[in-house]
Amino acid sequence: MIDTVVSPFIEFSFMRRALVGCLALSLGAPPIGVFLMLRRMSLMGDAMSHAILPGAAIGYLLAGLSLFAMSLGGFAAGLAVALAAGLVARSTVLREDASLAAFYLVSLALGVLIVSVRGSNIDLLHVLFGTVLALDDAALILVAAIATVSLAVLAVIYRPLVLECFDPQFLRSASNLSSPTHLLFLVLVVLNLVAGFQALGTLMAVGIMLLPAIAARFWAEDVSGLIVIAVLIAFVSSLSGLLLSYYANVPTGPAIILLCGVFYLLSMLLGVRGGLIYRLLPRKHLEA
Amino acid sequence: MKYRLVMQIGLALAVLVGLSGGADAADKVKTVASFSILGDMVRQVGGDRVEVVTLVGPDGDAHVFSPTPADAKTLAGAEIFFVNGLGFEGWMERLEKSSGFQGKTVVASQGVKPLTMSEEEGHHHGEEAKDEHEHEDHAKGEDHDDEAEEVTDPHAWQDLANGKIYVANIRDGLIAADPDGKAIYEANAVTYLDAIAKEEEAVKQALAALPEARRKIITSHDAFGYFGAAYGLEIVAPEGVSTESEASAQDVAKIIRQIKAEKIPAVFLENVTDHRLLDQIARETGAKIGGTLYSDALSGPDGPAPTYLDMFRHNVGTLTAALSS
Repeated sequence: MIDTVVSPFIEFSFMRRALVGCLALSLGAPPIGVFLMLRRMSLMGDAMSHAILPGAAIGYLLAGLSLFAMSLGGFAAGLAVALAAGLVARSTVLREDASLAAFYLVSLALGVLIVSVRGSNIDLLHVLFGTVLALDDAALILVAAIATVSLAVLAVIYRPLVLECFDPQFLRSASNLSSPTHLLFLVLVVLNLVAGFQALGTLMAVGIMLLPAIAARFWAEDVSGLIVIAVLIAFVSSLSGLLLSYYANVPTGPAIILLCGVFYLLSMLLGVRGGLIYRLLPRKHLEA
Repeated sequence: MKYRLVMQIGLALAVLVGLSGGADAADKVKTVASFSILGDMVRQVGGDRVEVVTLVGPDGDAHVFSPTPADAKTLAGAEIFFVNGLGFEGWMERLEKSSGFQGKTVVASQGVKPLTMSEEEGHHHGEEAKDEHEHEDHAKGEDHDDEAEEVTDPHAWQDLANGKIYVANIRDGLIAADPDGKAIYEANAVTYLDAIAKEEEAVKQALAALPEARRKIITSHDAFGYFGAAYGLEIVAPEGVSTESEASAQDVAKIIRQIKAEKIPAVFLENVTDHRLLDQIARETGAKIGGTLYSDALSGPDGPAPTYLDMFRHNVGTLTAALSS
């Protein structure tokens, strides 16, 4: 049993690299996902994945297949879209989701245009977005660095961020930390997505950010509990997804995300905080 | 009411534009080829009498190509549409229908003996596909029930003997559409077939010189099945015959084991695919990266493989340099 789990990682360095990359991503991204979910911005991850395309494409066109250039470009484009959407939401009648939708669609169209103008039909999405099985040193360092930065920044902005999730009016009236907190949080979202895209692929980045967080919702009520459980689910899914891909001969990224999805379904059924079965059970009377 | 008027004017304009696009046909035969390698062959056979537009240009990947309205317009104005067939251009049928193409479609691989490979093993079988005429759609093998899926390999041009069949099909297609040019097309085809035959000799000689133990190579997607079968090389690839599929950890692990066990000397990159996975495999096994092979597309005019025959010269040169040392 232990041999089944350990031997692929002993024999192959690409498996070790994939595991390290996935675990690093599992450490940084799910906490961000928890806050996205609490702020009802769960779909933002998906929208942002399209928004970073023009930046990454420009990076690719200027510098070729350079992880740094593409990440930088993607980061700039993603941040620009997120900021513009936030700005419009705060200063006009549009809600943030609507303005985000508008900006990401424009950004996506721009990205496709840039890709096509170059004339080559190499599937740029393939080129821009990496795969779990081909992590080189640069990609690993990028993912690990971004996980470290996001945990550190999260620790610093934790209190105002939690407050903004549950009582944004109070935070705005009590201190002037609201805007900087929001801004830093957006930076973290984009950073984690970009790291995930370049290293592991679109599906991996968005999936591992959100699915564990959403599944954790059925097990914990407070933010710190949510974060711990989300990270644990991401860890277990990464490890078992890699093993599934190894033994069952299925593509790695989808395998990991599907396992996250299995965790979500199980949590939805069995979870003790508002899970389906728990809700159907006859309830105890409230005790005094 | 106003809207309807605007729409009608718009439609009329669109029709006019469409007509004028087709009207300046001058005296050249307008043809469209689906990808750059085929485009070069048509150009060689057609010479000055023929105008060739290729849909998937140099270094482009025809497996995942998505046509633009300009492509549809180009095709609508063409008299002949040359395609590879064998399921290579999955987008072809939709484009033909949507563009309102009225001309004749010539399947260049008609009469080629198709190779099949089973998805399970990732190895070529060299058997004939069960039904040669069915090859258009079932190449991706998606709706097969069998356990080990048999997939037709579309990369037939990688065998120069098949290249001759392509040329014959192109010649016949051109003659059917433009009988006046018959003599010219036949003369061009004879010259070109000669050149292909010479190149075939050269390729065989160059590769025959390789030692038996160094005849295995790794490429990123399975584009060299015909090449390997014709010239005695064994080819292993982590992706399937289409660049669309994604490798599993098991695929990669198997290849790494195989490289180590059989001491495969070199892995080769392709001009149309992402090289990161192969980089990883090379790092892990110590096999060297032998260079870039041109598989599904030519290079630009300044690159190392601007024509079909140049592509063979470049590929064989790269292979022998890496394998003989």
